[in-house]
Order: sequence, then structure tokens, then C-alpha cells
Amino acid sequence: MKKAAINIFQFYYQGFKMMTVGKKLWAIIIIKLLILFVVLKLFFFPDFLKSNFNTDEERSNYVIKQLTK
Amino acid sequence: MEHIDFSLVNWSRAQFALTAMYHWLFVPLTLGLSFIIAIMETYYVRTGNPEWKRITKFWMTLFGINFAIGVATGIILEFEFGTNWSNYSWFVGDIFGAPLAIEGIMAFFLESTFIAVMFFGWNKVSKKFHLLSTWLVAIGSNLSALWILVANAWMQNPVGMKFNLDTARNEMANFGEVLFSPVATNKFFHTALSGYVLASVFVIGVSAWFLLKNREQLFAKQSIKVASIFGLTASFFIIITGDGSARNIAKYQPMKFAAMENLYIGQQNAPLTAFGFLQKDTKETEVKKHKSIYKIEIPSLLSYMAFQDPNAYVPGIRDLVKGNAERNILSYKERSEKGKIAIMSLAEYKNAKKSGNDSLAATALIHFQENYKHFGFGYYANRDINELIPSVPTTFYSFRIMVMLGFYFVVLFLVVLIFTMRNKIEKKRFILYSALWSIPLAYLATELGWVVCEVGRQPWVIQDIMPTIAAVSQVNSSSVQVTFILFAVIFTALIIAEIKILTTQIKKGPETALSENTITIIH
Repeated sequence: MKKAAINIFQFYYQGFKMMTVGKKLWAIIIIKLLILFVVLKLFFFPDFLKSNFNTDEERSNYVIKQLTK
Repeated sequence: MEHIDFSLVNWSRAQFALTAMYHWLFVPLTLGLSFIIAIMETYYVRTGNPEWKRITKFWMTLFGINFAIGVATGIILEFEFGTNWSNYSWFVGDIFGAPLAIEGIMAFFLESTFIAVMFFGWNKVSKKFHLLSTWLVAIGSNLSALWILVANAWMQNPVGMKFNLDTARNEMANFGEVLFSPVATNKFFHTALSGYVLASVFVIGVSAWFLLKNREQLFAKQSIKVASIFGLTASFFIIITGDGSARNIAKYQPMKFAAMENLYIGQQNAPLTAFGFLQKDTKETEVKKHKSIYKIEIPSLLSYMAFQDPNAYVPGIRDLVKGNAERNILSYKERSEKGKIAIMSLAEYKNAKKSGNDSLAATALIHFQENYKHFGFGYYANRDINELIPSVPTTFYSFRIMVMLGFYFVVLFLVVLIFTMRNKIEKKRFILYSALWSIPLAYLATELGWVVCEVGRQPWVIQDIMPTIAAVSQVNSSSVQVTFILFAVIFTALIIAEIKILTTQIKKGPETALSENTITIIH
């Protein structure tokens, strides 16, 4: 089990180490994920119902009110 | 719903359209190129010829670039559901949640695990295990798309659910019905196949560039052979699934079908407009109208496409809006009244439940259930009924350009395959240039397919049940404008990065050239 875990680690470690184009791509992926999850999600995309209401009952009552007004 | 902030609705729609269209620039290449790579590697494993490994590795690198830059761009759509379309998100409940959750798990386990073996596993795992991983990445990528497309198909044809009045959510009643609805299965195959065609055009276009530069002739010709045969096969099936799509649209979204054809007044033996030009009719008509100023028609083909019967009746825009008693079509006014009853019944049910009046709640429930299929029309009871007609010119032209490009790609695949088999392709510079410049056309075709699908179903987010005006969150429209601009900037930067990295990699070409012996073997 321990040997398998080490082998898997080595597999990924060596793979990442040998990358050429991949390093640039990983930089893009990391920057992109940071922008998406840290900047956009936190500051621009709060879940409207979750952030305005505490319970599912309140959320459903709000939506019904919106749909039937 | 008297006071509607149309600025908010339209900016939310524009934002979603922008992110979906940018996201779709990355997806189809992943779907198709993954299979092309798997086929190429299969040749390598079967023949043992290292040239095939070299070919596979080159396209795999381009696949990796596209995959890496495109990955997670779709997550923004989910952010938008929660922030800008919260009524809709709540209303669809687990119908949308279940497929998206399966997609997440599948994408993680299949793609993330085997993609590492695919890129890092050369010479570390056996050839056969590596090949299996490559095939699993292709299958995994396509299965990920399946779940998203199932969710989208449900919006076009909501089936397999039951609306819970207490929670205001649609609940999954029959998962099989959602997954295997004719719209879902057809949509998946048609969309995935469009990705295969795009990837084939991409491989042929890039290979044509090598031939134009007089570089890597063997590599380019072998790539063209695989891609053109793959593209031709995909095109054959895309015609079949396209036919299926037309029948589904005629059956479940007749207004979209009428808009695609600019069919104003329904008729039997309806002709298909092969091509035409539209002009807005300036005459005052109750139902807005576009007239054809020039068109080429194929007699009875539209009736046949829609119902497999050349004599079948196809309803027009006017019939759907004004109703047609002879054809058993309810007018939109009648449907609006029924929808209004459904909306009022929902409110009555909630009030009756709150006050503990069970008999009133039971009556309201019956009225609601009788009229639920018209629910969305209720929002138009006091509005201009023309708001229920999608943009006819956008749908009409997008459909025609997409189909014409589809047939153009068939011709392209055939021509490049014939000249490559005859070993003359490198001399046909016009064909090579055409192939190269067909790459953006393939992207245009696949985007236009989505335009037909999504613009054609307006104003519905869920067909007949929820329109956009009822689906949006009550947020500030200026914040939607800000995020629209943000997305435009981020996605444009990503696209520029992708094109730059891809072109750099293409210019480098495949890994070091092989010996003359290998070239002789592969010939």
C-alpha cells in the first residue's frame, strides 16, 4: 500500500517535472482558478438565495412570492 | 409581474450567452480531438510504428493546451445560476443538480485520473494501458458533456419531474425519462458529433498548414487521412441526428421550428426554404411578421422533415400565437389565461396551507396541476404577446449558415481525403488554404448551432413553464454589466493565450524527425 502510494506520487512528480508546455499551462490554470474562485465567486457571485435567507423554507417562500406577485 | 427591469433581464441574458459561447469555444475541440488521438494511438499500438506515436503525441499536446485553458470555464455558468438566475435555480431543483453532480464526479475520476496517465505515462505504463487511458479520457470527456446536455435538453423538453408546491421546486420523478428523453439523446449525439466535425477540420487545417510550409509531409498526410475519415463518419451521423433534432423541435418547440423557417401561416406540404432573405413586414399586423424577399424552396420537404409525411401540416407563427381550432392549437391568449390560473393557484395553495385550510389547498392543487403545463404563459397575460416570439432573422439565418457549413465540411473531407490518398494533396494549394481557413468556419458552425437552439427557444428558460422574466434574481443590473465586462476581458485573454500557445506549439511541429526507415515503413 505504502509502495503503491510512493509509486503514484513518483509518477505525478516525474510527470510534472518533465513537463515543457505544461508549466505555462499550469500557471494559466492556477491564475484562472484563483480569479474564478477567489475573486469572482467571493466578490461578484454570491449565491443570491443562500446569502439572503437562512433556511430552505424562507427561500421557497421568497421564490413563490417572486413567481406569484 | 407588472414591473420588470428589462435592463436586468437583458444584461443577465447577454452575460449568460457570452459565457456559454466562450465556454463552447473550448469544449468541441476536446470532445473530438480526444477520439482522434485515441484512433491515432490505436494505430501506433497495432503497428508498432513510432511515427504514429509521434503523430499522436503532437495532437495530444494541442489537446492538452485546449483542455488546460478551457477547463473550469463552464463553472462560471453555475455561478451565474446561483447569482443571476436564482428563481430558476431554485425552481429546477434536483433536476439540474443531479446531472451536474454526476458530471462533476465523472469528470474528476475519468478525466483527471486518466489524463495524467495519458500525458505522463509514456514509457512508464504498458502500451495497452496507455491506450486504454487515452480512450477513457475520450469517453470521459464525452460523458461529461452528456450530463450537461441532458440538463439543457430538460429545459427544452421538461419531462420526468413533478412540481412540489410546498417547496416551489421540480423534483425528479423518473430519472430514466430525463436521461433518455428523445430530446436529450438526440441533443447529446448531435452536439458531440459537431465537436468531432470541428476537431476533424482543426486537424486537417493544421496539417494543411504544414503542407503549405513544405514541412512534415508524412505526418500531415497521415493526420489528414485519420481526420477526414473521422470527420466524414461524424458528418454522416450528424445529418441523421440533425434530422432527429428537426423532428423533436417540430414536436416539442413548434414556435422555434416556425421561426427557423420563417413559416408565418401553417400549411400542409410545407416547403423547406433552402435559402432566403428576410425583411421585416412594415404593415401593422397583430402578430409580428417577416416577409421573404427572395427564397429558394424545396416543395413539401419541411412537412416531411417535421413529421415524416410530405402532406403533414406544419403550424406557423401566426397559428401558434392566434390558435387554430381546426388543428387543435390553443392560442397564446388562451394559454396565458390557463397559465395565470396556475400561478394564482400556486399562491392560493400557499395561503390555504398557511391558514390551515386543507380543502381550499386541495382545490388549488387540482387547478394548478390542470394548468401547470401553461404556467409560464401566465406571465404574459397582460403583456404584448409578441414577446413570446423569438428573433426570427437570427434563428433563420443561423440555421441556414450552420447547415450550409455542415455540407461544405463534407465536401472538404471528401476532397482532402481523395487527394491525400492519391498523394497529390501537397500540390493543391487552393485546397490547402481552404482547409486552413475552414478552422474558424467550424467554430462558427458549432456556435451557430447553439444560437439556433437557445435564441430559438426564447423567451423560455424552461419550455412553456418558466420565461426569463420570471427566472432572474432581483439584483442590481449594473453589477451584471460589470461582470459581463469582466467575463469578456477574462475569456478574451484566455482565447488569446490559447491561440498564442497553440500556434507556437504548431510552429515547433512534432518531435524530432524519424529515420528514413520509419518513413518507408509507414508508406
